Amino acid sequence: MDFPVELLINAIIAGVLLGGFYVAVTVGVSIAFGMLDIVNIAHPAFIILGSYLAYIVNQRLGLDPVLVGILMLPVFYVLGAAVYQVYYQSFEKHGQDALRGLAFFFGILFITEVGLILVFGVDYRYVDAAYIGPTLRFSFVDLPYRLLVPCVLSLVMIVLLQLYLSRTFMGRAIKAVSQDQGALALMAANPVKVKRVAFGISIATAAIAGAFLIIIQPVEPSVGREYIGRVFAICVLGGLGSLPGTVIGAMLLGIAESITATFYGPSWAPAVAFGLLLLTLAFRPSGLLGR
Amino acid sequence: MSAPLLHVDQVGKRFGGFVALDGVNLSVAQGERLGLIGPNGSGKSTLVNCICGTLQNEDGRVTFDGRKVDGLAAHQRTILGLARSFQLPRPFHSMSVADNLRIPLLYAVKARLGPAISARELDAHCVEYLRLVSLDHKADKQPRDLTQVEMRKLELARAMAAEPKLLIADESMAGLSHSEIDDILKLLMRMNERGVTIIMIEHIMSAVMSFSQRLVVLVSGKKIADGDPQEVVRNPEVEKAYLG
Amino acid sequence: MKSRIFLIVALAVAAALFVFARLLGSEYFFFAGYVVLQFIVLATAWNILGGYCGYVNFGSAAFFAVGAYTSVFFHKAYPLPIPVLILLGGLIAGIIGLGMGYLTLRLRGAFFAIATLALAVVLQTLIVNWQYVGGSRGAYAIRPAAIDVLGVSLPYMQYLFILMLILAVGAVVIARMIERSRLGYGFATIRDDELAAEACGVPTLRLKLIATTISGALMGMAGAPFPYYITYIEPSSAFGLAYAVNSIAMPMIGGTGSWIGPLVGAILLGSIQEVARVTISSAVNLLIVGVLLVFFVIIAPNGLVGLVQNWMKAKAKS
Repeated sequence: MDFPVELLINAIIAGVLLGGFYVAVTVGVSIAFGMLDIVNIAHPAFIILGSYLAYIVNQRLGLDPVLVGILMLPVFYVLGAAVYQVYYQSFEKHGQDALRGLAFFFGILFITEVGLILVFGVDYRYVDAAYIGPTLRFSFVDLPYRLLVPCVLSLVMIVLLQLYLSRTFMGRAIKAVSQDQGALALMAANPVKVKRVAFGISIATAAIAGAFLIIIQPVEPSVGREYIGRVFAICVLGGLGSLPGTVIGAMLLGIAESITATFYGPSWAPAVAFGLLLLTLAFRPSGLLGR
Repeated sequence: MSAPLLHVDQVGKRFGGFVALDGVNLSVAQGERLGLIGPNGSGKSTLVNCICGTLQNEDGRVTFDGRKVDGLAAHQRTILGLARSFQLPRPFHSMSVADNLRIPLLYAVKARLGPAISARELDAHCVEYLRLVSLDHKADKQPRDLTQVEMRKLELARAMAAEPKLLIADESMAGLSHSEIDDILKLLMRMNERGVTIIMIEHIMSAVMSFSQRLVVLVSGKKIADGDPQEVVRNPEVEKAYLG
Repeated sequence: MKSRIFLIVALAVAAALFVFARLLGSEYFFFAGYVVLQFIVLATAWNILGGYCGYVNFGSAAFFAVGAYTSVFFHKAYPLPIPVLILLGGLIAGIIGLGMGYLTLRLRGAFFAIATLALAVVLQTLIVNWQYVGGSRGAYAIRPAAIDVLGVSLPYMQYLFILMLILAVGAVVIARMIERSRLGYGFATIRDDELAAEACGVPTLRLKLIATTISGALMGMAGAPFPYYITYIEPSSAFGLAYAVNSIAMPMIGGTGSWIGPLVGAILLGSIQEVARVTISSAVNLLIVGVLLVFFVIIAPNGLVGLVQNWMKAKAKS
């Protein structure tokens, strides 16, 4: 039998491009869960929110969705800071058991999804942009622009974040707070403020990721839930708190999903992420690069 | 000479790149009172965790009562007769003081003795331990209603309620007054008289010196001294570790 | 009150409820009541793992759907009476709970919670791709008009109502028995401080597995009659988020400390949702649940039962 090499190569490449996008989706949770130990399962809800905002502005004003995402950064940052403040006051401060924090975020996830259903209905929404249709071609290799653009921009975002975390004072404070809050306090940085900034950044990334999402695929309110598994699968695979790990985990998942969809059909794709997550949790919970 | 109750043989433990324990050897005889001292961060708590199963050591082996216990879960070691109190008390907040003591009785002791001990006897033991630490008047209170000292006593009592052969008391006296320290010392002595082997980890030298029959010093994950308390404290290396 | 007496009292209450419903003569009451009873089982089952042990299960829908699809499978392969299906659904759901627990319970609670989400999606994907039980197209289970029970002919809906009533009584009795037993003490230590529990001789992994299995089995049992109740079942509704949210919201709003909380939460929230569903819309009723959940989690962490307890304590002091 003629092994479909071209199909395989295209599947892998699509997987890599998808993986790049997944990095943008995951980096927020990488920061929240990996560095702040906050299990924000509502992160995909913020992403979908970003998608819908990009959709509205794109519809009304014709602005490019990525531009909308960038404009939304400060808004989402403030939203993230506010959510963290509530979380901190209600749960973290008193050392409450994890149960309530998880229920809190689950409630937010749920409210967001149902709220979106009430406002927008369950129809798929999509955006218009110049690069959504065309595809770049190198002999048999297909590089759809709608995947390529988010992937490239995503990696740019990661690089910027990594620079921020290693070069600026606040960035390094964020990395420090995940390791030793006491020492951080001694360095005259308020741990609560640092965590608030970090969580704000985490949610801000959702604005951009949301814009990317609606470029890549049409969106409806329940799409967020598919991403919960992907996001945590990538975090766990790549090792919590490691940005380079997130990139590798995202690529691996993207490729695995792409190959599964190409050879076995797209209806199996959701199971890939979650199945991978279950297996990783069962056999190698510290991740491939974990500490 | 009979076999030691606890034998720690070349135990090593790493956290990533950091070596917490490096080839630690330790033997504790049945009925002995051992003191374990060392500067902060020297690995004392890590050693306790490895002995009790809260952590698993990577190198070496731990033998208790003739059995190799490496790989056994912490609760299994407690059932075998190895109990410990935590440096920072960890009571069960949603239960009363009395119920806190019931837990090790219901689980460790019951698992060990099975049908040989009845529910009524377990209850009687619970009351007895409460009296031993003078907490019987607070039996129905919640842990959050206790004073610092009482929390420490509860922590120790809970370890005692597991009716162990070997009890590791991890800094149970930190921050207490002289009379309170005396109380705890008397408690531990009484347990020892009943036949319980005790390892005391402490910073309070007066307590350690008066209690221990033998003294072990741990520095940076290595054992640097092991012997008669008076001789050990005069050991120049030990002096350097504490004062240098 | 001894467990035996409680069981008798509970059964008496249940019997009275059924008699009352019959006298009311309203088909709708049986129909809506079934849903509330179902929620009592789900909420109580969730609470055994969530409230007693402190481990959050986001995948209640998965276990519920396992029970439902077990019935669908047998309905097509070899029709069985519903009580048998209930036991089978419980068995399979229990085994899945055990398996998943074994894979993930050695990790922190947060990882377990995420794994339960993963499980729900994996199972849903499997069902969607399994043509024998209808896949994404769904499956039909024809509900007969009536059934003969001990010589009496009962409308089928009333029969389902009785079954769910018995399950609800069973779930509550089991939860209460666990609470007062050695097992319940063990569960509480896991919730309070797992490390200290181990040091006291509590076999935490074994207990967590027991909790997951019992919880999953009860949820599966609640799901088994579902295809006959709803007559048409498809994956997105069986695995719906509504089950996951309600199984969490009802105990958390009612109070997670004892068997009373989930009961109160299920009855209250179940009724509110039914009213909202009929008067406004089904999306809005879910929104209400979500908002109430967040509200209670922040403001009243011990739920309604906790509020009542605090009020009684305050009264006792004054």
